[in-house]
Amino acid sequence: MTTEFDAQGFYDGLVAHGLIVPVRVQGAFGRGAVFEDVLERFNALVSRLSSGDGADHYTFPPVIDRTIIERTDYLDSFPHLAGTVFSFFGKEKQARELSERVHSGQPWSDLQGITDVCLNPAACYPVYPTIAGTLPAGGRLITMTNWVYRHEPSPEPTRMQSFRVREFVRAGAPDDVLAWRDQWLERGVSLLRSLGLPATPDVATDPFFGRAGKMLAASQKELKLKFEVLVPVLSLESPTAVCSFNYHQEHFGHVFGIHTQDGREAHTACLGFGLERVVMALFKTHGFDPRAWPTQVRDRLWP
Amino acid sequence: MIEKIRRILKDHGRLAKEVESLPEDADLYQAGMTSHASVNVMLALEGEFDIEFPDHMLKRSVFESIAAMRDAVQQLTQA
Repeated sequence: MTTEFDAQGFYDGLVAHGLIVPVRVQGAFGRGAVFEDVLERFNALVSRLSSGDGADHYTFPPVIDRTIIERTDYLDSFPHLAGTVFSFFGKEKQARELSERVHSGQPWSDLQGITDVCLNPAACYPVYPTIAGTLPAGGRLITMTNWVYRHEPSPEPTRMQSFRVREFVRAGAPDDVLAWRDQWLERGVSLLRSLGLPATPDVATDPFFGRAGKMLAASQKELKLKFEVLVPVLSLESPTAVCSFNYHQEHFGHVFGIHTQDGREAHTACLGFGLERVVMALFKTHGFDPRAWPTQVRDRLWP
Repeated sequence: MIEKIRRILKDHGRLAKEVESLPEDADLYQAGMTSHASVNVMLALEGEFDIEFPDHMLKRSVFESIAAMRDAVQQLTQA
């Protein structure tokens, strides 16, 4: 379709074609049936592509144990992105006060207290505590489709507060984990290109907070711990990351006590397809009506 | 200054080895210092020596050894 790039125009087009449903707050729009169909078809294609890999398939809810983000330095690295669930613990009197304040437009958040859960900030996080202990020979491979929360409201349709990630997590010996990551990097790029997307891989950094974050990002880049696969969606100069690879070295193995059979701390890596972003890249590249997409692309998604 | 840097490393470096016996040019990342630990070392150095590392110095090589940190602190305290 069009080769012009315009974030607002693309958002308006998604809305006009019923692909997304606007809501009052940014980055929390609904998804229409056609959008969801494409998303599920792409996710199914990933499943077909990886069906011989022997991954265990899990699904976790959008909330996770709060101690996970406390123990993994998430609140040190990304305090600006975290979302914590607060709820009401009071009695009648406090409930009446809450009601009065809400209906009179007064601040009321101090009448809620922190709960045991937070919104899941990254698709891989819930899995690490579940694989604590000694891994089987050869390590573990787990795949999930999880909802993820990031506190970054934005008018850009590709920057959502809540979205789905098709995730794979590999845990094992360093060489095995790196080889797996490198194999998937090639596989991910060729998968996206097979759908007609102009996908290119690049070294990347996470959006760490503040001055400490500058140092963490510089280190991450120097050690090539993060890669992204990028496709132009809103801009040619700043393409959108639709797939992300993180090599955590022994970080999660250390925090959660995950070990390989020789007793060493396991290394972990993950990769995730940002499903909504892949779908938006398809709409941007091939047009808002999937019935008019190239046959080769349709055959891949609707085999 | 080296002694102060060693104390900061001991408190914040999460090293696998004894800080006292580390040569000044030993690679601290090889000695087990993680990226997160190096951030805490950086912040502690700023507090101890009343300096602020400019953005271009917030990188691994500046904190990779006791000698490298000494050079960096000297550069900032003499500026």
